[in-house]
Amino acid sequence: MTIDHAFRDGFTYLSFITAVDEGENFRLFWRFVRLDEPAARLVEATVPREDPVAPTATRLYKGADWHEREIYDLFGIRFEGHPNLKRIFLPDGFEGHPLRKDFESPEVERRPEGYY
Amino acid sequence: MVTNRQEFLINMGPQHPSTHGVFRLVLDLDGETVVSAEPEIGFLHRGMEKISENRTYEQVLPLTDRLDYLNSMGNNIAYTMAVEKLAGIEVPERALYIRVIMAELNRIASHLISIGTQGLEVGTYTVFLHCFRERERILDLFEMASGARLTYSYFRFGGVSRDLPDGWADEARAFLDLFLERVDEYETLLIQNPIYLKRARDIGVITRELALSYGASGPVLRSTGIPWDLRKTDPYLVYDRFDFDIPVGEHGDVWERSWIRLEEMRQSVAIIRQALDTMPEGPVQDGYSRYVVPPAGYAYVAVESPRGELGFFVVSDGGAKPFRLKVRSPAFVNLSLVSELVSGVKIADVPLIIGSLDPVFGEVDR
Repeated sequence: MTIDHAFRDGFTYLSFITAVDEGENFRLFWRFVRLDEPAARLVEATVPREDPVAPTATRLYKGADWHEREIYDLFGIRFEGHPNLKRIFLPDGFEGHPLRKDFESPEVERRPEGYY
Repeated sequence: MVTNRQEFLINMGPQHPSTHGVFRLVLDLDGETVVSAEPEIGFLHRGMEKISENRTYEQVLPLTDRLDYLNSMGNNIAYTMAVEKLAGIEVPERALYIRVIMAELNRIASHLISIGTQGLEVGTYTVFLHCFRERERILDLFEMASGARLTYSYFRFGGVSRDLPDGWADEARAFLDLFLERVDEYETLLIQNPIYLKRARDIGVITRELALSYGASGPVLRSTGIPWDLRKTDPYLVYDRFDFDIPVGEHGDVWERSWIRLEEMRQSVAIIRQALDTMPEGPVQDGYSRYVVPPAGYAYVAVESPRGELGFFVVSDGGAKPFRLKVRSPAFVNLSLVSELVSGVKIADVPLIIGSLDPVFGEVDR
């Protein structure tokens, strides 16, 4: 597991986790930093849209808690083993995951193609 | 809600006056002592990252002003730098110096609010008013340069929107001379005040391991003794040309975090003076990057905001709008420490501890 590798290599500081909607897959990014000799490592992984599940990083990095909740909230990606996986920004009854490209809501303003 | 254990749940916020914004903390109390706390955020969530997927790169810039609204200049810098890195844009020397000056002035303005409100937390109104008096002078300087007092959008891809007006540097120097004396005043009035020392010492202690595990940054991380400041460890703009120190703490308590902010204001003054003295003449824009369409790919740029590592992760698909824009917000990450910190303290110390993390909810919730 690349998260374990990063931790073992001394990258004990988690800068952020984020995701990108690429259609069939979601691409996840973890950015790890080591502070003793400044260096950063960006780890990428894809999870299928059908069943978006990724392993949690909360066992090694406590700060991953809120990052993973944010991604769960806005992308709907589940993190296996997360102690408290629930929405963080949006209310509990909210339907859908806004940062997915196919998210539709009357509150999202769409501009016609080619219009800036 | 009374339970059989003589414990009760109490809601602090979202409209509590001392939570620094719309932030709700559900406290489980045993008498006056906090047993556990459940933070709840998102009241200010505006979907800025989603909105920016529907805007061109230039149109996203004003949105970044509204993230950490106490550090709008810093947000503008981080965003423009991320897009410049993605698009491979070179910035003229003079513009880099102007960016450093504005970032440091904004750091002072932000720390002034942090220190002033820390004073409010322990019941001294004077420091708060004094801090706001000096902050007004900084906002005046920003208004002279950018035309706005809070939401500047002063920077552009490839430089800044316009050069500093005539006489700006003299105004800035006059302010800095006055300001250094005022910093000594804040130190006497608040930081070294025996009452504040008694209140703020040894509460909200963050250990080094905890800070690292949570990914804390800025004064929160430095108060634990780790000299991690991106201006030194990963110099951007022209910070490597200036001589300044990174104040660090030892115990990681509330007092040290406010002391670090005070010291950083002095260091910022030193940086601005050096930048004003050595600023080269020349253009402030590269002249052809007003509109950008970066190639497909991604870039991450982090700067040291008053709260810590502020990063912009920009993903482009080659179009005129960002495919994905992620803001790595230091306030969001630092605030996730809050439930660890307030467990076991008296409820009167809770606002002090929240204030010492210096959250700005425009940035936490985005």
